[in-house]
Amino acid sequence: MYFESFADFIAMGRHGFYVWLAYGIALAIFVFNIVHPMLQRKKIIADLKRRERREQQKRT
Amino acid sequence: MWDYLVRLYHKLGSPKWFYEISGKWLPWFVVPAALCLIVGAVWGLAFAPADYQQGDSFRIIYIHVPSALLAQSAYIMMAVCGAVFLIWRMKMAAWVAASIAPIGATMCFLALITGAIWGKPTWGTWWVWDARLTSMLLLLFLFFGVMAIQQAMETEENAAKAGAILSLVGLVNIPIIKYSVEWWNTLHQPATFKMTEKPAMALDMLWPLLIMVIGFYLFFGAMVMIRTRNEILQRERKKNWVKKVVQEQAAK
Repeated sequence: MYFESFADFIAMGRHGFYVWLAYGIALAIFVFNIVHPMLQRKKIIADLKRRERREQQKRT
Repeated sequence: MWDYLVRLYHKLGSPKWFYEISGKWLPWFVVPAALCLIVGAVWGLAFAPADYQQGDSFRIIYIHVPSALLAQSAYIMMAVCGAVFLIWRMKMAAWVAASIAPIGATMCFLALITGAIWGKPTWGTWWVWDARLTSMLLLLFLFFGVMAIQQAMETEENAAKAGAILSLVGLVNIPIIKYSVEWWNTLHQPATFKMTEKPAMALDMLWPLLIMVIGFYLFFGAMVMIRTRNEILQRERKKNWVKKVVQEQAAK
């Protein structure tokens, strides 16, 4: 461990604000990149199911 | 070898094959990506020594350099997919290109914003209009442009064609980004990685960076597959095998 204490680690030698802001934004962007396609997939499957049901109703 | 490549190319052109194989490949990308990103971030944040000039603000490098590298690689891959689509009319290539664009854009944005955050304590300013930063901003707008064009066109065919042409034209920006720190005066430091020279960085700073780069690329690979699978379901919805996949999903 490079830092002597947890408080030192958070402070990042007076640059804490910049370091944690950068890592925070990175985390947010990674989460967005994971969640967005998952929601998309859910929507597509729900949509395709609806279409299928409508077609079956037409047939009967 | 050549025969194998030709066969692989034909298989990659088949949406059904890609959908099935990518489902099997995904865990092999997701798990190592998560491991690399966690190990790289913890190592870079807590164990690597601080830079003797920049102090701890240099730890932003572990996000900034991988995202900047990946944004450019993503752009090149998107343009290559565009070329494959234009030359051989491979639909899959267009869908992969469409999947790369939003991920590339977020990576480019991440590189720009972490650069600005790093610039403030290091240069005393968030932003300068020098060649490196401006050409990187142009890359972000190119990603946005390709995404907008892919959605704006009437037919799927035209959208893919226009997107591919724009991404190929924008390719000239890539060498400009790369050489901008050598051709023009800039505040930006020179490249961290060079093919021909030994890295100037100390090894205990460099290792976490390499691990982060690998993690970013694996993550990118996984996310491109996930988005391409979505494209396939959407575009091939009339095919029987897609209907079966949807039914199986519905049963769960």
